[in-house]
Amino acid sequence: MNATPQRAGTPGADLGVGLFVVLLGLLTLYASWAIPESPIYAQVGAKAVPYLVGAVLVLLGACLSAFALRGGWSGGLEEEMAAPPTNWRALGLLGAGLAVQLALIDWLGFVIAATIQYVLVCAAFGSRRPLRDLVIGILVTLGAFLGFSRLLGVNIGAGVLEGIL
Amino acid sequence: MDTFANLAAGFGHALTPINLAWALLGCFLGTAIGVLPGIGPALTIALLLPVTFKVEATGAFILFCGVFYGAMYGGSTTSILLNTPGESGSIITALEGAKMARNGRAGPALVTAAVGSFVAGTVGTLGISFVGPLVVEVALKLGPAEYFSLMMLCFVTVSAVLGGSALRGLTSLGFGLMLGLVGIDLQTGQPRLTFGIPELLDGVNVVLVAVALFAVGETMYLAWRHVEGGQVVRPIGKLWMSASDWRRSIGPWIRGSLLGFPFGALPAGGTEMPTMLSYYAERKMVKPEFREEFGTTGAIEGVAGPEAANNAAAAGILVPMLTLGLPTSATAAIMLSAFQSYGIQPGPMLFTQQAALVWTLIASLYIANVMLVVLNLPLVGLWARILKIPTPQLYAGILVFATIGTYGISNSVIDLVLLYGIGIIAMFMRRFDFPTAPVVIGMILGPMAEQNLRQALTISQGDWTTFLTRPISLFILLLAVLALVGPRLWGAWQARRVA
Repeated sequence: MNATPQRAGTPGADLGVGLFVVLLGLLTLYASWAIPESPIYAQVGAKAVPYLVGAVLVLLGACLSAFALRGGWSGGLEEEMAAPPTNWRALGLLGAGLAVQLALIDWLGFVIAATIQYVLVCAAFGSRRPLRDLVIGILVTLGAFLGFSRLLGVNIGAGVLEGIL
Repeated sequence: MDTFANLAAGFGHALTPINLAWALLGCFLGTAIGVLPGIGPALTIALLLPVTFKVEATGAFILFCGVFYGAMYGGSTTSILLNTPGESGSIITALEGAKMARNGRAGPALVTAAVGSFVAGTVGTLGISFVGPLVVEVALKLGPAEYFSLMMLCFVTVSAVLGGSALRGLTSLGFGLMLGLVGIDLQTGQPRLTFGIPELLDGVNVVLVAVALFAVGETMYLAWRHVEGGQVVRPIGKLWMSASDWRRSIGPWIRGSLLGFPFGALPAGGTEMPTMLSYYAERKMVKPEFREEFGTTGAIEGVAGPEAANNAAAAGILVPMLTLGLPTSATAAIMLSAFQSYGIQPGPMLFTQQAALVWTLIASLYIANVMLVVLNLPLVGLWARILKIPTPQLYAGILVFATIGTYGISNSVIDLVLLYGIGIIAMFMRRFDFPTAPVVIGMILGPMAEQNLRQALTISQGDWTTFLTRPISLFILLLAVLALVGPRLWGAWQARRVA
């Protein structure tokens, strides 16, 4: 990620990816083990393919880790060499927007939660006029909500504003 | 020629003003609703089902056919402009289409999708009229063993074409296979990989995963790499296709259509496999001077081929639905229930008992196809304007629409957690150069492959050689082996010849 990457870049990060895949595989193996034994007779039971997928993921993760230990691959990517540093402010605001949506949608309803999310995401991408974003956000989310629920009859849940409308 | 006489009679019925009005309404509704992310043709027709209580059968089916084809057209629009596919068939279109849009070629991408859909719709509708019954005869000969082999061919094509990064491609495929396992096992009824969460019993929705991978992951990656003040103006560029675009699109349109229709007509076909195969075929067959555009600035072949395959397959799906009464997609299943609400049972007898209705329906497919291309081409300029929205508002809007589309599926926060969680994984996949398409492929085909594997082994009473002793299955597996080792052998041979 530096302007002048050493030899092969960021093997540490690549190793993390490899280990994550191993972990994913182990999780799949554990979940396969937890599948209850079926009383129904079958040539290939419900557990065989999950075990296979888990084992394959562990194997692939191990290969990726080995690859990472020998220098990794992502340091050589052109896109990553030219990429600007991590923008924690933008990522933080975006993450906050997603968290707000998850926390509020069941409680205050889609329109309010999504409007807050809209303003936060706009701010993440460098918008400096939160009031204008708020107005646009209300219009966009209200429009989306009314379109989906009234015109299409798709249930978007109940909330404070949704109850009034 | 009986077919021609029947078709002429069909056109006679379909060209009445009232039926034309139904077709126009269907095309309009289908396009308008198909443009929304997360809403595909199946949901649209389901919402219109109550129409069957008030309208006579012919009018209702003309309306449904218009919606069906219209939603196919609309689905490609959001894939290209916003990278948010509305149904599984247009997931592949997003791969190259969104890249073209980002590089000022949204217009040509939309036009090639629209004209490609027209070409494919025409090929598909001709297919329904003339070769439909023959295709069904062949399809009835394929059993689970053949379908399993066919899916292995798909998996191999994906990983073999990925070339240098086969390891990362296979990891993506494995992740998709894992997601596909979640839910109730169809053969034994056991919950698998649900971790005790009841919402996961129904499995993970494919459209949710596609939206997470493409729209949410992309938005997060852009935030990660966002530079303050470095506002990028996305160029709209020329709206119409250049002469070179036309030359490059014609081959993929025709190949995509010819690939898509038979797949759609297979009882286990669907639109996913042909769009994927078309994408990888075009990627292989593209002229060397344009090869660089694949995966970077966006290649028009990668939009034209899969979009044609999608539409031809969608037309093909009507073949088993009409002739066998066998729905092979969610949309077909809902149309089947519409037939049943009129007391009509699709099946081998339909073409003789309800000849007038069937041929009017086929004629109206031709009409809908023409209407759609006329309706959609002028809209290209309007759609492309979406790109003029400034970055902050555009990405905030994409997230809001991704959220409402996902929340609308089942009103569950668990789905949103999945959407954002898979979005975060997709952000890292983008950072570490893992391809996203194999995730979707594994997710869709994994469960189908498993079902067919288990059925084939149950039929053969545990004899694994069944895949090799059935000639068609053996042939497909040999093709898969060829796809796997063929390019390598060819490369070795070339290297030796040069040396």
